[in-house]
Amino acid sequence: MHQEYTVVEGDFVNAGTASSSVKKTLKQLGVNPQIIKRVVVALYEAEVNAIAHAYGGKVLVDIEADKINMVVADKGPGIPDIAQAMQEGYSTARPEVRDMGFGAGMGLPNMQKNVDKLNVTSEVGVGTTVEMEVMFN
Amino acid sequence: MTLREIVTKLNATVYLGEERLDEEVTHAFASDLMSDVLTLKETPMLITGLCNVQTIRTCDMATLDIVVFVRNKKPTDDMIELAEDNDMVLVGTSYSMFKTCGLLFDAGVEPLY
Ligand SMILES: Nc1ncnc2c1ncn2[C@@H]1O[C@H](COP(=O)(O)OP(=O)(O)O)[C@@H](O)[C@H]1O
Ligand SMILES: [Mg+2]
Repeated sequence: MHQEYTVVEGDFVNAGTASSSVKKTLKQLGVNPQIIKRVVVALYEAEVNAIAHAYGGKVLVDIEADKINMVVADKGPGIPDIAQAMQEGYSTARPEVRDMGFGAGMGLPNMQKNVDKLNVTSEVGVGTTVEMEVMFN
Repeated sequence: MTLREIVTKLNATVYLGEERLDEEVTHAFASDLMSDVLTLKETPMLITGLCNVQTIRTCDMATLDIVVFVRNKKPTDDMIELAEDNDMVLVGTSYSMFKTCGLLFDAGVEPLY
């Protein structure tokens, strides 16, 4: 099953719409609730990043019998040093992002902890792509 | 402690979930940082000063469904609508985060860590 969502720059109110919808789909498919939580927490953090740090983008979700694959691809400034960005506590978030309850540098570490595979690629001045995979069993 | 007892103790207003007030609450977690809430494996009651749509979204993702807003923060209609979809309880108190936590801790509501 393939799903696509659009993430709009600066649209904090709608951050999490993709994650919410994926949650409903996985619930209907009878996926283990603990696994659903891991999937949607990771996707939500990635969605927030595409809104907070980039100029929006796309969320592509592929659900198979035994796993889910998620790609959050944004147009944005990119990440110059991915290893540094992955460190807990590292954040360049604007005050606006902090006002939303994010911006403590925990997003990428949260993704890492919740998914089975995480791959972040980025080109400065072009954008960032976050690919995540979670196995259902 | 039941939610009803918590509401009384905090002199709180119930914005949503009146029908769930007889439920027991054993654990609570207090934070304004949603990334921190998203690290929880457990599903405690959330005490927070952050009152926006992301508070409700975070609860949705983290499967938390009881929120106490401190310092007179009132949920907006959009927040209540979203929370309704998830059968949540939303209450608000004029007390500070510190006082709210102190009163509930004293009354036997347990921390996670
Ligand atoms: N999609 C993105 N585009 C550009 N920079 C990003 C993106 N995602 C993360 N970053 C960079 O990595 C840092 C850490 O991200 P994260 O761990 O999610 O923490 P936070 O979002 O709280 O800052 C961000 O502050 C930002 O500098
Ligand atoms: Mg982030």
